[in-house]
Amino acid sequence: MQNSPVTTDTPARAHWRANLRLTGLLLLVWAAVSFGCGIFLRGWLDQWTLPGTGFPLGFWFAQQGSILVFIILIFVYARGMNRIDEAHGLREE
Amino acid sequence: MDIQAWTFLLVGLSFALYVGVAVFSRAKSTQEFYVAGGHVPPLANGMATAADWMSAASFMSMAGLISMMGYDGSVYLMGWTGGFVLLALLLAPYLRKFGKFTVPDFVGDRYESRVARVVAVVCALFISFTYVGGQMRGVGIVLSRFLEVKVETGVILGMGVVFFYAVLGGMKGITWTQVAQYCVLICAYLIPAIFLSIMVAGTPIPQLGFGGAGADGVPLLQRLDGLHRELGFASYLDGSKGLLDVACITAALMIGTAGLPHVIVRFYTVPRVRDARKSVGWALIFIALLYLTAPAVALFARTNLLDTVNGQPYEAMPDWFKQWEQTQLLSWQDRNGDGLIQYVGAASASANELTVNSDIIVLANPEIAGLPNWVIALVAAGALAAALSTAAGLLLVVSSTISHDLLKRTFLPRITEKGELIAARCAAAAAVVAAGWLGIHPPGFVAEVVAFAFGLAASSFFPALLLGVFSLRMNAAGAISGMIAGLGFTSSYILWFKFLHPELSNPANWWFGISPEGIGALGAALNFAVALLVCRLRPPPSAAVQRLIQDIRVPKA
Repeated sequence: MQNSPVTTDTPARAHWRANLRLTGLLLLVWAAVSFGCGIFLRGWLDQWTLPGTGFPLGFWFAQQGSILVFIILIFVYARGMNRIDEAHGLREE
Repeated sequence: MDIQAWTFLLVGLSFALYVGVAVFSRAKSTQEFYVAGGHVPPLANGMATAADWMSAASFMSMAGLISMMGYDGSVYLMGWTGGFVLLALLLAPYLRKFGKFTVPDFVGDRYESRVARVVAVVCALFISFTYVGGQMRGVGIVLSRFLEVKVETGVILGMGVVFFYAVLGGMKGITWTQVAQYCVLICAYLIPAIFLSIMVAGTPIPQLGFGGAGADGVPLLQRLDGLHRELGFASYLDGSKGLLDVACITAALMIGTAGLPHVIVRFYTVPRVRDARKSVGWALIFIALLYLTAPAVALFARTNLLDTVNGQPYEAMPDWFKQWEQTQLLSWQDRNGDGLIQYVGAASASANELTVNSDIIVLANPEIAGLPNWVIALVAAGALAAALSTAAGLLLVVSSTISHDLLKRTFLPRITEKGELIAARCAAAAAVVAAGWLGIHPPGFVAEVVAFAFGLAASSFFPALLLGVFSLRMNAAGAISGMIAGLGFTSSYILWFKFLHPELSNPANWWFGISPEGIGALGAALNFAVALLVCRLRPPPSAAVQRLIQDIRVPKA
């Protein structure tokens, strides 16, 4: 980025940094529920069942839980980005 | 009324609805033809995206595959939904801000390169055609089973309907038909699932029934898992694939989903960046309605099937059994001559006598469960909606890629707006015919070809698009060599194991135990590595491109 011949104004840069932070954090959760709980930790988590159901916990993450978390992540992102846009005065008309 | 009369009625009504919607919202300019004028509300776009994305494979094959594969089927559930998180966070808002018509458009403008644009065009055409052939085949199979016509006749009928609304309506027509198609397909999926859940688990909510217990108080999952072990099938709860393979297939499907051109262009159609972000969320909610139900249907169907056929005399089989035998998707061979059906897995001592094609599970489910005739017909209409909506989205990608990227932006820059619109319609018409031909003469390995499409989307488009937004340093040399390396590696691996040496395709020969379905994940990683390395050898992109990138990163104009 330091090679960039374009001078970037501060609000846009701060906006981009905040954007990257939020995106990175959410992708961490995304990987944790799918590759973590749904795949690599699945066998270990299966020793418990989801309370009140017959689902082995890891299996539940793989076939139900991860999808529910994905939906939440996208809406958290949409809302979080709207807030970031506003905070940096970059909200579109 | 019998099944056939109900099918004629429901399929006819749904076709009339699609054509009616298309006539009402036909496109009058290229802007409307390519991106529906950019005025689609986020909720409607979410619904259209869901129909666009959920293909004949999601509707017909997925639950069946999960019911055969058990835990291993999770790769489809996580892979095909997790990709939307990548799309929402990494691509959709930026491509919306960029605001052109096609995916090769972005590649060409961002990398200021005609070569990059043409490489992207070739990828887009290949992905779309491989995928669309499977959809038309799906239409043919459904019509042939329920209307008792030839598969070919079914394909031609499907072509006629798609031709009408894709050629006439363009993106604008397709969007609103897809909204209607979503409603048809989701009803057709949920109604039998609810009936089944009441029957098997005693609750109308399939997701609760999925984790619930049967009449004997034993959780259904444990009961089925026990049944699987007893009959020598792989454990339903553990599956049989290696962990790394499961992870790679999931990753390839996720990355591939985020790189599919017909899904990406849907986010060009909403008014603002903010709408693009939200719209992906709506799309995933609408998709999840089906995807959270599919594994429940898989469990119910599998339990039902094993209970119905295993150890039973062939003579006592109900009508549906014999009807599906005629399509050769179900076949029974009495190996031990006892007149009973032995349906067992590889680990069993006795020989398996029944072959069930996983594609028929969803279609045969209502019949197996003895549901009313109108439900069976509704499932047929839903399967057609799923196949036709995806086919239309893909055909539009083909047509806009040809008329816009090849003609307007590469070979005939001086073509008029009117000429481009005519070219787009002609390209759509030609694409329909080609798709129909692929449906009538399928390459015989539809499933393999679809794996191919995802592998290619993952290893070519996704890294080029992602780096285009997130790296200011990435230049044409890096992006092109990355795409070629990823594409070359992935396609040679798939060609080798799927087409040249299918007999060698087993975990012992695969690299690190990664199957051809999962190799796209490695191809994408290779693409990133090559691109980042090669881009260092050439100067950074021009000031104009740097400004373009800065501009797409913020929503405000």
